Amino acid sequence: MTKQIITVVQLYPKDMNIYGDYGNLLVLQRRLEWYGYEPNIIHYNVGDTFPKDVDIVIGGGGQDSGQEVIHQDLIKIGPKLKALADNDVPMLMVCGLYQLFGNFFKTLSGKTLTGISILDVETLGTHERLIGNIVISSDEFGDIVGYENHSGQTFLGKNAEPFATVIKGAGNNSKDGHEGARYKNVIGTYLHGSILPKNPRLADFLIHTAVEKKYGEFSTDLVDDLLADLARETASERPR
Amino acid sequence: MPHSFVVILGKAVRYAARLRGGGSALPGLFVERISPDFIKQTLGQLPRGVVIISGTNGKTTTTKMVVALLEAHGLKVFTNRTGSNFSRGVAAALLGDIDMKGQLDADIAVLELDEAHAVHFVQTIPPRYSLLLNVMRDQLDRFGEIDATAKMLEKIAVATTDTVVLNREDSRVLAIKDLLADQKIELFGLSDALLADFPSDDDMHSETITKAKRPPATVILKKYSGNEATYELGGKEFSTTLKLNGVYNVFNSAAAIALTHAVLGNETKGDIVLSTIAEVTPAFGRGEELTVGGQPLELVLVKNPSGFRLGLKSFSPIGYATMIAINDNYADGRDMSWLWDVDFESLSEEGVAEVAGIRAYDMALRLQYDEVTIGHIEKDLVTALRQFIDTNKDKPKRIYCTYTAMLALRRELSKITKVEVIS
Repeated sequence: MTKQIITVVQLYPKDMNIYGDYGNLLVLQRRLEWYGYEPNIIHYNVGDTFPKDVDIVIGGGGQDSGQEVIHQDLIKIGPKLKALADNDVPMLMVCGLYQLFGNFFKTLSGKTLTGISILDVETLGTHERLIGNIVISSDEFGDIVGYENHSGQTFLGKNAEPFATVIKGAGNNSKDGHEGARYKNVIGTYLHGSILPKNPRLADFLIHTAVEKKYGEFSTDLVDDLLADLARETASERPR
Repeated sequence: MPHSFVVILGKAVRYAARLRGGGSALPGLFVERISPDFIKQTLGQLPRGVVIISGTNGKTTTTKMVVALLEAHGLKVFTNRTGSNFSRGVAAALLGDIDMKGQLDADIAVLELDEAHAVHFVQTIPPRYSLLLNVMRDQLDRFGEIDATAKMLEKIAVATTDTVVLNREDSRVLAIKDLLADQKIELFGLSDALLADFPSDDDMHSETITKAKRPPATVILKKYSGNEATYELGGKEFSTTLKLNGVYNVFNSAAAIALTHAVLGNETKGDIVLSTIAEVTPAFGRGEELTVGGQPLELVLVKNPSGFRLGLKSFSPIGYATMIAINDNYADGRDMSWLWDVDFESLSEEGVAEVAGIRAYDMALRLQYDEVTIGHIEKDLVTALRQFIDTNKDKPKRIYCTYTAMLALRRELSKITKVEVIS
């Protein structure tokens, strides 16, 4: 029997891959294999043709300079990403691309980078770096552990849902205790670490959603997450 | 306060700190507080000025090589040998080397400085020469971003009065040359064939690595295989065998030769350069080899993804028992993301015998996703080390470890074998 294919698109690995974003891709790739599917990984970089059949989209963080390099291209493919998001395609955007999935990112020097408005959030550059181990919690995913490192502070608009609530650490900003944002199956977050290895429930949410949407039912295979549990335990006890 | 009085006080503190087994930087901190001009006055006397070596990876081994090369050419060299690469570490080292009148008997100072500290240091003491090795992802939780680290190196370069030596193969370092108007510039680099072994952080996950045409360099590492290296110097090729191991250590030798050439100019002697480089051994924990139970045990310091990747590429795991020890103390960097930017598939054939350290489970989880088998997982370093040695008695061993894990492992290993004391 030929294996069922799931296509994962990683946005801008060339310019936005800082802080172990590769880990998220690797986790999706391996878990898809372990569940018996055939992952089809597409690295989408500036100027590439955006693929037609897309099941999962992930994107990471970058230097401020990286954000400027990809900005025009992102605006160009924005409507395609918005259509996928409206059509319930699961996505995970971390740090820099989370910011650009919002309405805008205003840098400290007063420059404004327009976002693609899939998430109703806005981000302001600050002198304060929010940095350290972080634990957040959501009803759907339980506790989520990771590491944050950002000086942009993000605020939710009227139509945005937070992704999770901060238990330890800062999250979107130093004020409201929200972490990340959610629209349908699109998740934006500041957590790296990488986020998916130590939070397999979140990885499986992306995979389940994509597989069920495409093939109707999900594999009955199981993955052993003992090491992830033990790593989570250590991470949640470490100093900020 | 009079200079000589500061010296005597500082020396007394250094002596007291040694008695109670304190760190190398403590007396320097003391002197820095009571006489901020201390380093400036003392180093200002040197006839050939001050050399600063900075960058993310390889400072300690490169500094060791530059000192050896200059000494082999007959210079008296002052250096901060302890690897305490902050300015108070320099002050502490000075206290050990000057006489009671505050005179330093040296021709030149060769100093290894951490990027952030070097920026402050050069404002007080502009170096005559600087060598900038690389900008890689290291402890981003301390500096923020790679571009910010590159800015620090720019400041060091701009403050340099004579010659700046730059890594041609690091795009952020090479870009610094365009900012320099008054300084001479010397480059060191790799042949196209070796370049593929040095993916930068930028190239890491992009599918195509394209290198633009690069400017000519003073020193090029042409070939490296087994323990033989071939360099190109001024259009001629020279080969030598090396005691250094690891391709990144060997690339740093090209950097050291370029810097030596910048300092000595026509006084540089090719035969002395080669015979000196041939004898240099790696700095502690940078491929350092110990003997345990009649078998070699290598310690390889890993502190960022590029360094870890190069380490894995440099040392073949075949026939070796491998241990990986990952701590996340402040000096190691608290963020574990970097482990996900290292590819461990090269270890899958032999597996990893022991995974240890505070973040042992993060490392084990990383190996799970590269489908590498693991012998034991043990957070406690002492227990893990014993277990690793006991279960691999008849095999040569290699331990990849973060900085604080390395210090703890060396301390433990010194109880059972000869370990070079770092004073």
